[in-house]
Amino acid sequence: MSTSISSERETFRLSMLLNDKRYRSYTFQAFALFVLICVVAYLGKNLVENLAAAGLNISYGFLGEASGYDINQRLIEYSSQSSHLRAAFVGILNTLLVAFLGCITATILGITAGILRLSNNWIVAKLMSIYVEIFRNVPVLIWILIINSIFLAVLPQPRAFKGENPEASMLWDMFAFTGRGIYAPKPLFLEGSVVVVGTFILSILAIFALRRYARHKLYSEGRLINTLWPSLALFVIPTVLIFYALGSPIGLEYPELKGFNFKGGIYARGGLISLWFALSIYTGAFIAEVVRAGILSVNEGQTEAAAALGLRPNFVMNLVVLPQALRVIVPPLISFYLNITKNSSLALAVGYMDITGTLGGITLNQTGRAIEAILLLMLFYLIISLGISAIMNIYNRSIMLKER
Amino acid sequence: MAKNNAAFVRHQLIEEQAPPITERGVVKWVRENLFSSPFNVIMTLLSLWVIYSIIAGVAPWFINGVWNANSVRDCYDILDGATGACFAVLKERFPQLIYGFKYPSTEYWRPNTAVILLLFALAPILFRKLPRKFLLFSLIYPFLAYWLIWGGTPLVPVVAFLGFVIGIYCFRRFSANAFALGAIIGVIAANIFWVLGGYVVDANETFLALQAVPSRDMGGFMLNILLGTIAVALSIPLGILLALGRKSNMPIIKWICVLFIEFIRGVPLITLLFVANVILAFFLPPETSIDLILRVIVMMTFFNAAYIAEVVRGGLAALPSGQYEAANSLGLDYSKSMRFIILPQALKISIPGIVNTCVGMLKDTTLVSIISMFDLVGMIRGPILSSTSWNGVYWELFGAAATIFFVVCFSVSKYSQWLERQLETSNR
Repeated sequence: MSTSISSERETFRLSMLLNDKRYRSYTFQAFALFVLICVVAYLGKNLVENLAAAGLNISYGFLGEASGYDINQRLIEYSSQSSHLRAAFVGILNTLLVAFLGCITATILGITAGILRLSNNWIVAKLMSIYVEIFRNVPVLIWILIINSIFLAVLPQPRAFKGENPEASMLWDMFAFTGRGIYAPKPLFLEGSVVVVGTFILSILAIFALRRYARHKLYSEGRLINTLWPSLALFVIPTVLIFYALGSPIGLEYPELKGFNFKGGIYARGGLISLWFALSIYTGAFIAEVVRAGILSVNEGQTEAAAALGLRPNFVMNLVVLPQALRVIVPPLISFYLNITKNSSLALAVGYMDITGTLGGITLNQTGRAIEAILLLMLFYLIISLGISAIMNIYNRSIMLKER
Repeated sequence: MAKNNAAFVRHQLIEEQAPPITERGVVKWVRENLFSSPFNVIMTLLSLWVIYSIIAGVAPWFINGVWNANSVRDCYDILDGATGACFAVLKERFPQLIYGFKYPSTEYWRPNTAVILLLFALAPILFRKLPRKFLLFSLIYPFLAYWLIWGGTPLVPVVAFLGFVIGIYCFRRFSANAFALGAIIGVIAANIFWVLGGYVVDANETFLALQAVPSRDMGGFMLNILLGTIAVALSIPLGILLALGRKSNMPIIKWICVLFIEFIRGVPLITLLFVANVILAFFLPPETSIDLILRVIVMMTFFNAAYIAEVVRGGLAALPSGQYEAANSLGLDYSKSMRFIILPQALKISIPGIVNTCVGMLKDTTLVSIISMFDLVGMIRGPILSSTSWNGVYWELFGAAATIFFVVCFSVSKYSQWLERQLETSNR
């Protein structure tokens, strides 16, 4: 025994680190690690030297200082006296706002265009493929700037709404489309509004329960219960009844022209609108392609089998085609949502104050803390990306074909 | 007998009748494709209305377009209240849109030649039926293009090229014995040649020299093409290496690749451009001053490579494991099994994804306008729209930019669809 071990020891030669497959991988890895450490050390040494030479240091103290600049589109209270940290939060919320809005409209647009592209109506299908090709093949930055040009060049300034015979007028007295942005009515929650909102949420829960019950009946007894009309009734009637019973506790605050500008209502700056629309139609074109591919990926035999079982067309779609198509559609769909979030950093081009505009823009320029600000910025986007991909992995695992 | 009693017996067949008018030709097609159901009728009418309103809106603007004017006010004077475009801006600022505003106007032939030669260099790569000898020109092209676009003496790219040739020759010569030995000798030989060549270049700076153009003078669509081409060309090999690294069974290599890919894919390109613009200088020795253009190219290459790596990884994962096992059982080593068996198949599967990523990269080159480089979009937003004579000519300029990008990107994606059909071996 001992001899065999010693003989193995003897056979190990230094050249085996390069020539023997068993050991070569260690050599490679050690070499790669060594190079990596050298590179990091070199960059770190340069950083320390450069910072020392410029009399700078790495410190996040600037986040607590007063920012001294104003943000005109914000979801939370903020003034120029607030700290840079609060400015960054305003930016984060603005990023999430435009990403959220963009994801919803892009999905609606993409699914509509994707399904219509498969329509047997020739002209509709052609129109949709023109939409997809045009929007996919032009940079999103150009679309953002083009839509922003509508605000710069076409829409009237607020002062055009003034006077007895104004050049421009509001849509239904509710919406004002001006060069500075869009003004819309804002819901006012008065006393008792909690009850109305509560009723609304409850009726939505009831709709889900009803559909669940209907599906249970379908699967267990084979009885088909029509859920469309009861759902609609549940959606509308209780809320409306409570709303008038409590004396209309939710009102609308209309935007009004005061002086040279509109006051009240919801104000969306041109930057937000153009970013939102451009991201939606651009990403919608990509989503349309994915939806089309997903529906086409379902084998025709599946549709035929379902029809042979006697299912009606909408059941074929809902019970057979869509569940299988979704397995193909959802993963790329989520990565498009991620793209919308990342592309929303182009807000910089239209002056919408998202996180790139506040933390990576004005804060960076005012404090000169480039390294800290950009690191935080990257960290924010990384957290969002990794979070969404974690959710995506969970979802993928849940819809994976259960085989073996 | 009964035969004769019959009132009428047909002796020959009747002429075949044409199908009813609703079942043939245009009418049938229209009925089936446009008006097959009430819903389809509504959709068709709606689409016709959309098409009509777009044409009615754009046509007069386009047809009345003014091509000869000196400023936007001239345009309005000529139009005299009618709706019409002011295309004169495209005519007057054409050189700025294409070459930027600093590239010397006497030297425009150089980027033009470079682009035309680029087509010749790409041809053997794009179309596999062309003779393989043409690939030699593709190898020389990067050095030629560098000389044409940046100018200076041709000795610089010649020395660089010869250095590569010598390095590869030495590698070939010595790697027969040992791979590592060959690689080390190759790198050393190339570096020695470059150092020696550097002295020759310094001594002959005016030899056949073209007027030197510094990087910061590049602009316009030329800059987009430049950034896009270089970043794409460099990122495809890097992306393939990253994908192989990520699939590797060496944990340290694998984790380095995973971290790199996930980090790059997790952040927007614009933050990477900020890094290139603002903070990369902190990580380099104080005396070095690397061109902004070069820093941007490095970042864009990394960015694109990470995405290509994911596409290639998908292609590698899609190969049945039998292929890997077959390569192993033939006794091929890692590099041979990858080169001859795995990668040709995996890359074929990933072509659509790679092309999409690269088209995305070309579109993303417009982002450099945000870090105040004057590419096509940067030229429009900066010098042209802010000039007093062309203030407010948004649609014509952005429309032209969109058209240029559309033509380029659309033809690239059409090419990739063609290539997919060419490579289809239809064995599944």
